[in-house]
Amino acid sequence: MATLGRACLLLALAVSIYGIAASLYGARTGRREWVRSGRRAVYALAGVLTIAFGIVEAAFLRDDFAFDVVASHSSTTTPAFYKATAAWSSQEGSLLLWVWLLALWSSLILWAVRRRARQVQPYATAVLLGFAAFFAGLAFLLADPFATSSPAPAEGSGLNPLLRHPSMMIHPPMLYSGYTLFTVPFAFAVGALIARRLDAEWIAVTRRFALAAWFALGVGILLGARWSYVELGWGGYWGWDPVENASLLPWLTGTAFLHSVMIQEKRGMLKVWNVSLVLATGILAILGTFLVRSGILDSIHAFGASTLGRPFLVLIAVLIGGSIALVISRRRDLRSEHRLDSLMSREAVFLLNNLVLVGLAFVVFWGTFFPLISEAVTGTRASVGPPWFDRYTVPLALVLVLLAGVGPVIAWRRATPRNLWRGFRLPLGALGAMLAAGLATGLGDRPTSLGMFCLAAFVLAAVAQEFGRGALARRAMTRETLPVALVSLVRRNRRRYGGYLVHAGMAVLFVGVAASSAFQANRDVRLAPGQSTRVGGYDVTYARATTGLEGEKVTLGAVLDVRRDGRRVATLRPDRGYYPSTDPSLGPVARYFDGQATSEVGLKAGLRRDLWMAVEPDVQALEPFVREADRRFRDAGADLQGFLIAAIAERYRTRPEPATFRIIVSPLVSWIWIGALIVIAGALVAIWPPPAASRRREASAYARRLARELGRA
Amino acid sequence: MDPRRKRVIRLVTALSAAVLLAGALVYTSFSASSEATEPGKLARSAEPGRSYQLTGKVVPGYRREGSTLVFRVRDRQGSASVPVRYDGAVPDPFRAGREVIVDVRKRGAVFVGERDSLVTKCPSKFSKSERDT
Repeated sequence: MATLGRACLLLALAVSIYGIAASLYGARTGRREWVRSGRRAVYALAGVLTIAFGIVEAAFLRDDFAFDVVASHSSTTTPAFYKATAAWSSQEGSLLLWVWLLALWSSLILWAVRRRARQVQPYATAVLLGFAAFFAGLAFLLADPFATSSPAPAEGSGLNPLLRHPSMMIHPPMLYSGYTLFTVPFAFAVGALIARRLDAEWIAVTRRFALAAWFALGVGILLGARWSYVELGWGGYWGWDPVENASLLPWLTGTAFLHSVMIQEKRGMLKVWNVSLVLATGILAILGTFLVRSGILDSIHAFGASTLGRPFLVLIAVLIGGSIALVISRRRDLRSEHRLDSLMSREAVFLLNNLVLVGLAFVVFWGTFFPLISEAVTGTRASVGPPWFDRYTVPLALVLVLLAGVGPVIAWRRATPRNLWRGFRLPLGALGAMLAAGLATGLGDRPTSLGMFCLAAFVLAAVAQEFGRGALARRAMTRETLPVALVSLVRRNRRRYGGYLVHAGMAVLFVGVAASSAFQANRDVRLAPGQSTRVGGYDVTYARATTGLEGEKVTLGAVLDVRRDGRRVATLRPDRGYYPSTDPSLGPVARYFDGQATSEVGLKAGLRRDLWMAVEPDVQALEPFVREADRRFRDAGADLQGFLIAAIAERYRTRPEPATFRIIVSPLVSWIWIGALIVIAGALVAIWPPPAASRRREASAYARRLARELGRA
Repeated sequence: MDPRRKRVIRLVTALSAAVLLAGALVYTSFSASSEATEPGKLARSAEPGRSYQLTGKVVPGYRREGSTLVFRVRDRQGSASVPVRYDGAVPDPFRAGREVIVDVRKRGAVFVGERDSLVTKCPSKFSKSERDT
């Protein structure tokens, strides 16, 4: 099977190269059959890579340890769900997943637009296949998922326990979907530039894919944050780690693109800006993939010595150089058709929103790559921490939330004092009411948080007003009931109202971030059973120690009673699981306590606050017993080994040493996840294909616009 | 006002603001950064009170003193080590022999870690094997 897999990779490489040549030849000569053949090469690529990925998946599910990638990332005791998803915990498997997803998305877009954008499509096909050739080449030459060992080991190393969390298993495919989907608008932008077809067509055909990329990358980032919160034992959801930042960069520029593209569609403005944004987003997606694999920056994610850095650097250099050259050479074709009529207009607000988003991306980029920048400038590698990021991102986030409320309400072209008053009196009223309530409840000493709450109220009122006015107007026209009018309104204007929902969700999410950052109470404390501590108005008592043996894992934990004003509000059971080490120098018992450990936090989530607790048992107190067991029973069989571990665990339970606890009382954290769900719902509404009638309306509007542009040309 | 003149004024204003912001960004990043240093160099030349980003491997024999974690970090390739006292979240993968990154300041003979700055590199994701660490 490994040979078949390698043959598939080689075939994928060959098909990609053929497809590039066929597409470019077809585009240059105008022979449609070659263009079609290039497109079919993408379908063939998707088929071949599906087989290749299927072989890797089957190897994981069959525990085929002859495959090096299976032996080093799975074991017979790894649960079936994690076996199926362990493929992308490896360098080799994740690269294969990347190129496979790229082939699938490329096939989908090229099939969907097979009769549209005829001049642009062949170049876009060649660009997409160029990416595929690069990644298939990497997988074939430098990170082979089909490398085998003979004889095969009897058992594998197992999946890193930290990754045994459902969200961590879905997180990589979502991130990769985001990255690969962002290559679609990138490829069509390059195609449009080469073919000099710089009207709004390339935007129209890739709009839904850009939105899907933004959605998938956003969900991937969210899942990573959730995993960090419930699995990593530090109680946070965002740490400005370089790898986290790498995924945020294309998401920020992609968000800017989704807004500014509306100005080009409606008014033919910002063409240079839009094409530059989409090219930058595509390059940042590749940069993110590179950062994860090169080990070039210190991160919690250690990626080992990798030989992939140099090819990625070459690719990124080619993409940057090519993009700049293309935009400069096509600058005459990218002239705006209109100018900004007024700074008090939706166009100006979108432009400001873009500047803030790009500014945010630049701050994150600078902070992330600062170690390399400082090394180049001073010869010394230095880095900046979360306080530096917060200094810039917090004010920019405040401006962004404000604009999320202004954008939906302000008029296109030029707002008048009258329609400004009509549109903003309700949102400003909500802002004022929130400000008064905040000052009355003592929030005045936290101006940043209070500012965020006020702006969130402003956004929510603005969005509610837009939904309300739209539904009332529709009810007046059609005599539908209000709920039916609301649903019809959204169905017929999915992009607009989906976008408004996204704005509302972001406002809610930022409320959760602001509250949980500013009003969190936390304490690291060492407690013996029976001892108590007070955190954020809650009395937390370490009631007793717990232990457990589940499969290959030994867990040591604690039962914590949480009371407020003498009344029990929760009983939490945080624990820490210890997985056996593969280090052969350790004794049969010691290896169970010196391997990888993972926290299972005790969490009582609520709409008002989360009670979050993690325990760090004192395993060093068990060391004398572990050493003694290893000395006496060095050649212990599995049964005796299990008995010894159970005996040591039982000793921990009956005579526990003090343990270290991290206790956090964090207000409104749940609203981060609720806000994110609203964002997801809004994005799905916007992505969902419109009903046939409105599709026809859209097509005819597009045809009118195209005719106007052709008439001008 | 002449529209062209108006556009030029807008452009100059925007560019000035961008240059000012970029200047602030550059200045604060250099002034607020922590130099990445290995224990050997830190032991020789650390200045009291200044922040450093210490990187190296955890020496066996770390212990708890109350809620404070007391450990030594040694060079990746070498035996020079420095003592660290740290309060805050200890990542799950923290173990003797693992590579860590922690922001520290020299206080007397020891280095005091900044709260919650300890990062332990995840040992197996994409790395060659756990045994290599």
